[in-house]
Amino acid sequence: MKEQLSEIKKVAEEHLKKAQSVDALEELRVKYLGKKGELTAILKGMGALSAEERPKIGALANEVREFLSNEIDQKKAEMAKILRDAKLKSEMIDITMPGKKQEIGNLHPLTKVLNEFTDAVIGMGFQIAEGPDVETDYYNFEALNIPKNHPARDTQDSFYIEDNIVLRTQTSPMQIRVMENTKPPIRVIAPGMVYRSDSVDATHSPIFHQIEGLVVDKGITMADLKGTLEALIKSIYGNDAVCRFRPHHFPFTEPSLEADRQCFSCGGKGCSVCKGEGWIEILGGGMVHPKVLKNCGIDPEIYSGFAFGIGLERLVMGRYGINDIRLFFENDVKFLKQF
Amino acid sequence: MKVPMSWFNDYTDISGITPKEYNDALTMSGSKVETIENMGESIQNVVTGKILEIEKHPDSDHMVICKVDVKDEILQIVTGAPNVKVGQIVPVAKNDSYLPNGVHIKTGKLRGVESQGMLCSHEELGLSEADLSWTPEYGILVLPENTEIGIDIKDIFGLNENVVEFEITSNRPDCFSVIGLARETAATFKKPFSVPKPKFSENSENITDTISVTVENPDKCLRYCARMVKNVKIGPSPAWLVHRLKASGIRSINNVVDITNYILLEYGQPMHAFDLRHLSGGKIVVRNAKDGEIIKTLDEQDRVLNSNDLVIADSEKAVAIAGVMGGFNSEIEDDTTTVIFESATFDAVSVRLTAQKSGLRTESSARFEKGLDPNNTVPAIERAAELIELLGCGENVGGMIDIKGNIKPQNVIKFRPDKINAFLGIDISKEEMAEYLKPLEIKVDMDKMELTPPSFRPDLEAEADIAEEIARFYGYNNIPNTLISGESTKGFYSPKQIFKKNLANLLTAQGLNEIFSFTFTTPTVFDKLNLPKDSPLRNTLKLRNPLGEDTSVMRTTTIGTMLDMLSYNYNHKNESAYLFEECKVFIPKNAGELPDEPEKLAIGMYKKGIDFFNIKGVLEALFDGLNIKGIAFERLTDNPIFHPGRAAKLTANGETVGVVGEIHPTVCENFEIGLPCYVAELDIEKIFSCVDDNVKYKALPKFPAAERDIAVLVDKETAVGELEATMIKASGEILEDIKLFDVYEGDRVPEGKKSVAFALKFRAADRSLASEEINRVFNKIVKDLEYKNKAQLR
Repeated sequence: MKEQLSEIKKVAEEHLKKAQSVDALEELRVKYLGKKGELTAILKGMGALSAEERPKIGALANEVREFLSNEIDQKKAEMAKILRDAKLKSEMIDITMPGKKQEIGNLHPLTKVLNEFTDAVIGMGFQIAEGPDVETDYYNFEALNIPKNHPARDTQDSFYIEDNIVLRTQTSPMQIRVMENTKPPIRVIAPGMVYRSDSVDATHSPIFHQIEGLVVDKGITMADLKGTLEALIKSIYGNDAVCRFRPHHFPFTEPSLEADRQCFSCGGKGCSVCKGEGWIEILGGGMVHPKVLKNCGIDPEIYSGFAFGIGLERLVMGRYGINDIRLFFENDVKFLKQF
Repeated sequence: MKVPMSWFNDYTDISGITPKEYNDALTMSGSKVETIENMGESIQNVVTGKILEIEKHPDSDHMVICKVDVKDEILQIVTGAPNVKVGQIVPVAKNDSYLPNGVHIKTGKLRGVESQGMLCSHEELGLSEADLSWTPEYGILVLPENTEIGIDIKDIFGLNENVVEFEITSNRPDCFSVIGLARETAATFKKPFSVPKPKFSENSENITDTISVTVENPDKCLRYCARMVKNVKIGPSPAWLVHRLKASGIRSINNVVDITNYILLEYGQPMHAFDLRHLSGGKIVVRNAKDGEIIKTLDEQDRVLNSNDLVIADSEKAVAIAGVMGGFNSEIEDDTTTVIFESATFDAVSVRLTAQKSGLRTESSARFEKGLDPNNTVPAIERAAELIELLGCGENVGGMIDIKGNIKPQNVIKFRPDKINAFLGIDISKEEMAEYLKPLEIKVDMDKMELTPPSFRPDLEAEADIAEEIARFYGYNNIPNTLISGESTKGFYSPKQIFKKNLANLLTAQGLNEIFSFTFTTPTVFDKLNLPKDSPLRNTLKLRNPLGEDTSVMRTTTIGTMLDMLSYNYNHKNESAYLFEECKVFIPKNAGELPDEPEKLAIGMYKKGIDFFNIKGVLEALFDGLNIKGIAFERLTDNPIFHPGRAAKLTANGETVGVVGEIHPTVCENFEIGLPCYVAELDIEKIFSCVDDNVKYKALPKFPAAERDIAVLVDKETAVGELEATMIKASGEILEDIKLFDVYEGDRVPEGKKSVAFALKFRAADRSLASEEINRVFNKIVKDLEYKNKAQLR
């Protein structure tokens, strides 16, 4: 029996070497290890052995069985791997071909920059106010210290609906609406569409957008205005943006200022972008005029505040190097998809 | 306002200050410099030279060869000028020089002889005869004998002048003058400043012997001064005066008119000169115009006035519109011999209204309407008298008429240095503050702690105005940059603002691009949209003064502008456009009331191969993403903008919240869009109110689901939505999901019918469903479909 076992082992080993497919291996497994296999037959015949011989032969038979079983499994695994590798190789694709992407759209560049701006000021404790596009003369002018027949009305040619109703020429009327309805401390920005009777060209549009800012509280100073504006300018243009503040005039702020940013194109030397000045005007602002506070029922002896206004289109044009304001309102998808 | 820089030296000292320094300093102290231009910039490398010898050109009859000494070298120059003589000093354009209009002179050969430059005539230098103090002969410009050689020609003619252009804000009428800007200049550079008092002599007569002045409206005429000049000799002005006017953008006319214009620039005081011959009755009356009174102004236009207008009149007729423009009938002429100068202050609002009404914006009215200083009239008219004498163009008659109207008293402002420091966020002494205010001629009374601004500064009314003056000269950029102190506030987006941001993000994620369009539109848009004549959308808010008809009404719907944008893209060869906009429409209310401004979401799409279900899918995904619940799509057949069979209205609790559909082919044609396009308009406020903001977690299913398919044959017209409704109603709680997976019409179903197939999913939260239970429900579904929808199970 012992000889028989070593003979089986030997023959099986020969067969195993020759086996070239998973099927052939399976056949061998059945042939030797299956229910009717040769090894199984031997094990079945063990009953005829002496009690002394039985454990020895049994151990040997098990050894052979284990050996064959391992050999078959191992060889099977090797073959499977070869097959898998061959399959993977045949499945190679050209990964430089385009992806199956879901076409996505884009926010308008005006919205993108506005969102960055509002995110920045919200972090500074501001809320966002809204107001009507169609305004009364009172909110758009009178309450802002621009009485009828004031020469400042010249610079803002208005579209009129009725004698006392205009399309707002600035976002500043929202200052008045906020101050009428809110007790200090006030920190709001109010973005919106504004309207001026300008003919359309590359730098003028009868409709454009402004972002108004307003802060009113006890002890607000001009230094706070400058600090806030500097922080905002840096959040929009980056930390290395250089800005300067120079005196200006607005009827509803006193003192008033305009902020310039050093020309990004020439670094202040003067070029065609900044029209030789080295600086590009970016916003206007000032300390809320005491008369304006009074108009809203806020005592200027107790409270002070500052306000500012930024032209959104100009901001976005500078940001992306857009040279024609009309592109914003033509909405060609070739334009919209760029940002 | 343009001023040649050197003019400031008449009142202060800016020597040694470069244009760049001047520009920066004045801009930072509040007088914004727009540009500084050098007048002679286009002339380069042209110097004075002396002609040493003249030789005949060997090859030309009319040309000569000159040897010209330009100090550093002797040049050989060929010229054809007839007037050259040895010893003359002439302008020499050297090799590589530039003349006005970009002419570039280089060494070259003229008929074989080298010429190292060109001798110039005055025309070639861009000069007119008026720029010279002598009459030039034809040919080369011959300069005075004592002219130095080798010096830049621009220095000879003052062409090195830098002209500063300022942006003057409306609150600073005083800066519409050279003197006002010189005061700012002096204060900025901390230099002395003074305006010389005019000196002149008068004859022994008195103006009052010849004319009288009456002011009938002292509210509108705050001051009226008049002087008289006789034996006037009208003629040209001297070069210096012409140069200054020219540099400031004013053309020289004659000496008397030039004097009034010079005073306008120097003092900012508009003046007028009348010819005494045309003032009948020896009278000047400042009065309200009569209703319907007509005056022909200097520009030869007839102007119809009314009683709100102020005029200067003689005993018979108006001779000028006060502060706006003189009359044609009293103009200075070449043979004028006696002139009455007017130097007056008129009410700002009155001048503004008259100028606006008559469409006459003049240098004079532009200044008056900002509010001029009544105390400026006397120095200005005296300066005019001085110039008359200086120019030798007349004899000043003794005396001056000076009538004062109702002048507002001077403002006195409390001086509270602590308050100003606190307001500006700085900490400087009251003495330092006073140092900034004094050069501006603001009187500082340190005992009473009071400030009195000068009468030329009506803009200084209160403490904040003073704070600005201090800040300007302390330097805006020296004020520290601090962060807001005090009570902290919480910054946040409102729920609706967040909703709108999310909405935009969900739409871009679905491939839509955000647009911005104009809120005003053309009234013809409603015809293009197929809307009936009685459509309420035609009731628009109208602009009184639109730029044009096409932007004359505020839109009442976003669909027109959306179609404009689709059309723009279609006609700019974009294969597809998926667009959306969050924007307002304007619904008029009663006259005098502000309109409603509801916010809309507009969506527009075109692309070959898409259909109604693409835009419907966009909306469904949007609603899923925003957690909007309970919006139903109902068939819409009667909206003329849309295809009658391919449109829906969106409703929530029976209220319409929007429309969606394929645009009617006629409307597409009207907008010149060659593909079917799909548009939706939703009311943002209304869909916002459909947001389910009470979201709670639901336990994940523990028990398995059972799936069954059902296919039925129904009439072609039967809506899938109706079938779904029947199935939901029939199945109680255990129907978890219905998915439509096939709709078939064709050969294998009878004419007029269609086959519709759904996958149904059943599940109970608390048990595994037994097949008998599912069968029972399934059978009920089949029965109800048969009964309610006349469906046949396939």
